[in-house]
Amino acid sequence: MADHDIQTLNAVSRPLPHDSARAHVAGRALYTDDMPEAAGMLHGAFGLSNEAHAKILSLDLSAVRAAPGVVAVFSAADIPGRNDVSPFAGDDRLFAEGEVIYHGQAVFLVVATSYQAARRAAKLGRIDYEKLPPLLSIEDALAAESVIEPVQTMGRGDVTADLAAAPRLVKGRLEIGGQDHFYLEGQIAIATPQEEGQVHVLSSTQHPSEVQHIVARVLGLADAEVTVEVRRMGGGFGGKETQASLFATAASLAAVRTGQQVKIRADRDDDMVITGKRHEFTAVYEVGFDETGKVQAISITLASRCGCTADLSYSINDRAMFHADNCYFYPSVNIHSHRAKTNTVSATAFRGFGGPQGMIVAERVMDHIAHDLGLDPLLVRQRNLYGPGRDMTPYAMQVTDNIAPEIIEELVERSDYAARRAAVADWNKTHRIIKKGMSLTPVKFGISFTTTHLNQGGALVNLYTDGSILLNHGGTEMGQGLMIKVAQVVADVFAVPVETVRISSTRTDKVPNTSATAASSGTDLNGMAAFNAADTIRQRLVAFAARHFGVTEAQVRFTPAGVQAGVELISFGQLCQLAYLNRVSLSSTGFYATPDIHYDRKTHTGRPFYYFAYGAAVAEVAVDTLTGEHKVLAVDILHDVGKSLNPAIDLGQIEGGFIQGMGWLTTEELVFDESGRLLTHAPSTYKIPTASDRPARMNIALWAQGRNMEPTIHRSKAVGEPPFMLANAVFCALTQAVAAAVPEAGFPALDAPATPERILAAINGLKSRHG
Amino acid sequence: MGRAVSCSAHLHLTAPFAWLTGRNAGVNILPVGTKRGDTPMSVRFLLDGEVIALDEVDPTGTVLEMLRMRLRRTGTKEGCAEGDCGACTVLLGELQGDEILWRAVNSCILFLPMLDGKALLTVESLGGGHPVQQQMVAHHGSQCGFCTPGIVMSLYGRAIGALGAEQSVADILAGNLCRCTGYGPILAAGEAVGRTPRDDSATVAALRALQAPSTELQFQDGLEGRERRAFIPRSADELAVLYTRHPQARLVAGATDVGLWVTKQQRVLDDLIFIGDIPDLRLIEETPEGVRLGACVRYTEAQAVLTNLHPALGELVRRIGGAQVRNTGTLGGNIANGSPIGDTPPALIALEAALTLRQGGNRRQMALEDFFIAYGKQDRQPGEFVESIFIPRPRETALIAISKLSKRFDSDISAVCGAINLQVEAGHIRVARIAFGGMAATPKRARAAEAALTGAAFNEAALDQAAALLAEDFAPLTDVRGSSAYRLAVAGNLLRRVWAEQQGEVMSVLELAHG
Repeated sequence: MADHDIQTLNAVSRPLPHDSARAHVAGRALYTDDMPEAAGMLHGAFGLSNEAHAKILSLDLSAVRAAPGVVAVFSAADIPGRNDVSPFAGDDRLFAEGEVIYHGQAVFLVVATSYQAARRAAKLGRIDYEKLPPLLSIEDALAAESVIEPVQTMGRGDVTADLAAAPRLVKGRLEIGGQDHFYLEGQIAIATPQEEGQVHVLSSTQHPSEVQHIVARVLGLADAEVTVEVRRMGGGFGGKETQASLFATAASLAAVRTGQQVKIRADRDDDMVITGKRHEFTAVYEVGFDETGKVQAISITLASRCGCTADLSYSINDRAMFHADNCYFYPSVNIHSHRAKTNTVSATAFRGFGGPQGMIVAERVMDHIAHDLGLDPLLVRQRNLYGPGRDMTPYAMQVTDNIAPEIIEELVERSDYAARRAAVADWNKTHRIIKKGMSLTPVKFGISFTTTHLNQGGALVNLYTDGSILLNHGGTEMGQGLMIKVAQVVADVFAVPVETVRISSTRTDKVPNTSATAASSGTDLNGMAAFNAADTIRQRLVAFAARHFGVTEAQVRFTPAGVQAGVELISFGQLCQLAYLNRVSLSSTGFYATPDIHYDRKTHTGRPFYYFAYGAAVAEVAVDTLTGEHKVLAVDILHDVGKSLNPAIDLGQIEGGFIQGMGWLTTEELVFDESGRLLTHAPSTYKIPTASDRPARMNIALWAQGRNMEPTIHRSKAVGEPPFMLANAVFCALTQAVAAAVPEAGFPALDAPATPERILAAINGLKSRHG
Repeated sequence: MGRAVSCSAHLHLTAPFAWLTGRNAGVNILPVGTKRGDTPMSVRFLLDGEVIALDEVDPTGTVLEMLRMRLRRTGTKEGCAEGDCGACTVLLGELQGDEILWRAVNSCILFLPMLDGKALLTVESLGGGHPVQQQMVAHHGSQCGFCTPGIVMSLYGRAIGALGAEQSVADILAGNLCRCTGYGPILAAGEAVGRTPRDDSATVAALRALQAPSTELQFQDGLEGRERRAFIPRSADELAVLYTRHPQARLVAGATDVGLWVTKQQRVLDDLIFIGDIPDLRLIEETPEGVRLGACVRYTEAQAVLTNLHPALGELVRRIGGAQVRNTGTLGGNIANGSPIGDTPPALIALEAALTLRQGGNRRQMALEDFFIAYGKQDRQPGEFVESIFIPRPRETALIAISKLSKRFDSDISAVCGAINLQVEAGHIRVARIAFGGMAATPKRARAAEAALTGAAFNEAALDQAAALLAEDFAPLTDVRGSSAYRLAVAGNLLRRVWAEQQGEVMSVLELAHG
């Protein structure tokens, strides 16, 4: 293993722009829908279920077939292999078969000569249903014992006794809304038939290997007969981890059957209706604590709406449990997790993967304790932090890299927390209508797929005889800057400018059997795999140069000026050419498997995470107590990315994650009607933050002392998901402002997302309790 | 097992179906200086110095579709196809005297006939080295990059002094959603770019040659198997004659709503009359008595005079849609459309606005509130159209409050839009005009609350009482934007806040955010 503290040569740790930045701004970056199209390419559109739960009595597609421009129509009966596009549980259908289990489920596919013709024809399907009662809410599903798996429990101690013995006790409940990914590029796939029934698929997916396997499964092909490729996605956020398979598989089926290239591009509304979202949760808690606010015992019961199939809900709900402690030590704890199976779209991965829903509960608990004791919530948080002798998580992993106390302390200074908190209190004394709130919340987020075997990465590095480098790895680019970071790592191995490293599409025929680019793991896994591939070649080149120039291997050095071999200095390209002429391989794969992690799902104990990423945020908000409107006035963030591979990319992830988290907790509201139909299926009704929602004052800093205790690639830390949860500070600050609206009235029952209506309801709830 | 592959006949495309495959069908590039009369049945526009003539134009085909499918200019993206995300932003230029008036618009809901006689700029037109693009790179303003071309075009519009360029960067970008960056780097890039005026002299000359008299386009719809028509009259008089002759036709001004009927509901619209460019419907007259706006004055164009009438009215306009929607949507459209959640009608009703309707040579005036009869029903005869709106200047002493409540401040649709206009003399309310949107099937006055306030002493109790009476005036619906209870409660609070505001309280979280 290379020493990843090695001081880097020129590329690593520099704030380089995204590798595609210049192409992005010029409109030259190609997304799947921009790719050159084969002559005669057909367009596909799904016919969707109009019922949340029903038996299909008959399916009459004659009008669809007869519509102008229609070339072919496919339904479940046309599937040559298995009707299964699920990641593992076998329960997601490509096309509904016998019954429909959510409103918006794909029932058939029409392919036609144009996008419009396909979309218009898709509306002509006649489906006769026998309606069945749908289970829509968590409560209804749990009452009917409709779950995707039995209740899961983790914890330790005699919680009931410890709660009874605690000097003080509070109970509460929190509802947490779901979230649509709203990647700007919707789901899309283009399948091109190849010889002998094989197929090539351009798919906007975070998980090309899984798409490959699912296409093969559904079409009855061998994995080796399917190639999946993705150059870049227009955003993913977890929404293209399992959800891309439906589109890719349907396009592949149609392509193989018609012998034509087939594109399926979901219209935004169809995309939002068809595809899964973040899990909606309810949480109830009971916490016993002492007069200083220190938790003695806690019982947390989580319940989530998993939708109609399992998808990734086991792991997502596990991760909610893993983060229900956040940075806080619970001496006696139980965490129960109910996984409701409902007739709604199957909930799926979304940045944080259940972690945000668990973590916001911990923050709610801290606020509730502080309110009960009349203490500054920050003090209560600090008193409950993990620390020496108080370092065991509810899943029995020891926290050994805890830097939350230091980060909080520094952020308190940087944000001028004390003075501003006093100013907020003064404001609230003198203002009747507009109330302010302020909160500091920390983040501790576990890094690794909690399904241990997924923690592997592969890469393929090719050097050419002119010294140019082609980089391939299993990770996919969705905007997060993975490609540039890995290119920086590889460039430094050879001390060449990063421009020398050509980034290419992620393809299943170049690097096989990869994991999803997910769980913030992209750089950790692929960066290390690419390093290993490059380092293998480097070692070959060193050995060759030592032989060739008659020097020791220690005398061969790669420098920005060229390759030094004793007194000889030649360009990197010359070395590659020489190596080729001397029959030295210039290509290598690389592999990496995260060490030291293990997890026993039966007992919910182990070391699921290689390390934790930390951060903290302060948010100050103002609430209009007459309308429930609010504004985030100022945000200060200090976040730990270890030793940053690229500070510009990392800062971008932090700010973007924060704003996305803020949207989840404030403006983004998913509304389903009583028949299970999603009503907020477009940006006209589903409101992600826009430019003016960004707080006017926003200070973001990387934690200067950051260094991963574990030997990750150059001691960096993952950054994709953790900053999302920094936005908890906004929700907690809103809670403070609501509490200030009606002092002495109790702890506000604010639920998420904190829309104007919910904020006003929380204020009015306090008023009615008070008066 | 019935394999469903069939209908191979459709693969042999006959002429009426040729457009179905898109690719360059019916696209002609003509020399600059080409006169309109040379290609009477085509839509012609200027793109990067070339005159493009489109034949076989579907009147409800979109500019985005044309760019991506016909011209293979794929830099412009489709994010939502409803004018809410801005990924498809392009600049549209029209002759205005000796200059080009550029506007950032959403190409996804812009119909092809609306391009006729105009100039178009897409992200490809910029090359790649414009300061906006350089600053976007320097500030790390792109992550996934999908929204980026649209953002570049919005910021480019600001840089060249396009319509609304005086607005803040955040206002310019309110209709450009980005899901990755959190906006900070984009806002910083926008601030870092100064003015970079264009030399439009060649464009002016080329567009002059392209100007044309009234046009009628006929389109053989292959999917529907019938002919659909589009008319582009050039004056209100021509429109009056044309609409009398074709009262079944649909009037389209900015298409910011009608566009969605096509892209989202897939409605097939037969005869359309495009009125957005009729000069005499775009007049703005400001007098001491008030402001008269032609029906096709776009929101952005109206913003300054409406701000002069009352700052709250200007602020309301600022919050309508994104900049692209404000640059396209019209005041007349917002009214004639009859939506219960249109943003301007409640405010205009409270300010005593009046409409001029025209049918052939006949005109009639009516108070705006009388125009709205019921949901989807307005007092408009066949062939009659809204010609202009007059808004009297409020008295200096009037207490005017206009509030739009929505989940997101910018580019959202109201849950409740309230407008309150009180004339208070000697501590008593002499006149009260109160109107709400989002509270009933039409924008509607709060008659019971008005009656209670009229003549009452101006104090907190009077407003409390009026607020309670809103339950007599309104029985609002519960929908995605808010519950009935919230709407009623918050509407009452909007009345109460008029009093609080008079007591000098800080009332707006937005003001705090900017201060």
